[in-house]
Amino acid sequence: MPRIVFRRLVYLIATMLAASLILFGLFELSPESVAVDALGQFSTQEQRMLWLEQNGYFEPAYVRYFAWLGKFVTGDLGMSRVFNAPVAKVLVDRLSATGILALFFFATLIPISLTLGVIAGIQRGTLVDRAITLFCVITTSIPPFASTVLLSTIFVFSLHLLPGTSGMIDGFSFRELIMPVTALVLYDLGYVARMTRASMIDVMARPYIRTAVLKGVPYPVVILRHALRNALIAPFTVIMLHVNWLIGGVIVVELFFAYKGFGSLILEATLSRDLFLLEACTMTAVVIAVATQSLADIAYTFLNPRIRFK
Amino acid sequence: MTTGIDAPERSALGGEESRVAGFISGVGRLRESPIAMIGLAIVLFWVLVAIFAPLLAPMSPTATIRPMALPGTRGPGGQLFLLGADHLGRDVLSRIIYGARTVLIYAPIATACAYVVGVVAGLLAGYRQGWVDDLLARIGDLILAFPALVLYIVIIAKFGSSGLNIILAVTLASGPGVMRIVRGMVLDIRNRAFVAAAQVRGESAWHIMFAEILPNATGPLIVDACLRLGYVTIAIGTLGFLGLGLPPPNPDWGGMISETRQFAMIFPHMVVFPCLAVSSLVLGLNFLADGLTDIVKRA
Repeated sequence: MPRIVFRRLVYLIATMLAASLILFGLFELSPESVAVDALGQFSTQEQRMLWLEQNGYFEPAYVRYFAWLGKFVTGDLGMSRVFNAPVAKVLVDRLSATGILALFFFATLIPISLTLGVIAGIQRGTLVDRAITLFCVITTSIPPFASTVLLSTIFVFSLHLLPGTSGMIDGFSFRELIMPVTALVLYDLGYVARMTRASMIDVMARPYIRTAVLKGVPYPVVILRHALRNALIAPFTVIMLHVNWLIGGVIVVELFFAYKGFGSLILEATLSRDLFLLEACTMTAVVIAVATQSLADIAYTFLNPRIRFK
Repeated sequence: MTTGIDAPERSALGGEESRVAGFISGVGRLRESPIAMIGLAIVLFWVLVAIFAPLLAPMSPTATIRPMALPGTRGPGGQLFLLGADHLGRDVLSRIIYGARTVLIYAPIATACAYVVGVVAGLLAGYRQGWVDDLLARIGDLILAFPALVLYIVIIAKFGSSGLNIILAVTLASGPGVMRIVRGMVLDIRNRAFVAAAQVRGESAWHIMFAEILPNATGPLIVDACLRLGYVTIAIGTLGFLGLGLPPPNPDWGGMISETRQFAMIFPHMVVFPCLAVSSLVLGLNFLADGLTDIVKRA
């Protein structure tokens, strides 16, 4: 157990270093473009040169890389041009807002998708199974940008039930969270439910389930005590692995509902060419993605007794 | 072509023919799966719409006629806006019809590029193994560590938004996924007798990879290609939606939604119809992939 945690930790650090090299190569290698982004299109050549000189951009590339990396590691992420505030502060604010969104998202997604998947898996081939599978294919086929539009057309424009934006201007509002969370859940629901279904079918075909049924254990007990434990290992890791993909959905949903979270921050940083902010956001996204992948790996080992006790 | 062929070559040709016949019967077997037929019908519908766009579209996709026209109303010249007009007075139906061209050009090209890269890398990794495999796996892991949309955004932020850059970004983001699938299948196939036979015959590694192994991996790859084409369609639409897609005058479904999003609460017809168009195309591809999965499994 400690060995796999250690291995994943080394992998995490190696990936971060490689990703930082790519980012540095893309955005910082040519000082000229950094100066343009920092001072704006209408700065003069002298201003740019002066700025580059002051910020140490005439050092060799590898010296700059290690200085940049050092600042990154110690949390000195620079100033955001657009927000006129330290990048670290903006980032933490936005990340916690997305954290709230994610909390409600998982609290909704997990019960619904697992229940649908388990029901479909037990009743394989029946009308219920087909209906659930069809529902899953349809919901995964609607891209998040389309589902946000369609949902708000129905619930905001036609029925006037919910607010159309989630800016949270007057403080936290649960009603404003409903639409973004629903859009995200619809996006991910089908995939997780189908994984659960496949995993359930696989487990139900194992000999130990047949044994339990034949020795007279009541069917609901077989499902709840014997089958679910093994059938839910795969879906849980899938949910974790899906975080990578989900970040895309978060960007779209936060933009559409004007939710002040991490997803909309990446986009604002990109569109306004706020370089330090964009670098920090991208690194954060990679950390989240790799960390959840590692967690999925560790959780899989921990949940599966055949691997745990090896 | 029938004269002067020695036995091994003839048997190789025979293999070729049965492969073609197998493909045709595979297409024929689509009829066994109603869901695949529905999917195929939806996809073919959009392909035909894209091909015959100039004949089908009632108006020019860029002509500004009557801003904010509601669905079913008429323009000053008596033109019928079946699905209404957008904020600049362009016919929504015509823009959707022409937008099908944009999607059905960029998504397949981008997916095909990802496949070329992914298949070559996957064959090399699986067949050569050793350091080639390790190196390619590391590169793939690194790319997959970036959330796909973040990778697109970073690339577009750096190199600007154009059709070519979108194709490059998709290739980079999807290539590793294809590589992993191909590699897994190669590891399975490379131990079969016919690969050993080809090695004994003294065939080159490239011949074995492309002529012996690859044709035996097509079934799952076709399924994956359908799914991936759906993802790429979503990705291109999302980039358009975020304002990072093709430059504005192009009718592009994601871009249409992005441009008229601010009017969605007053004139939903401007955004709802492009959304339905994208969703139906992806749904068709997913149905097709679903039906094909069953057929491949049964084969």
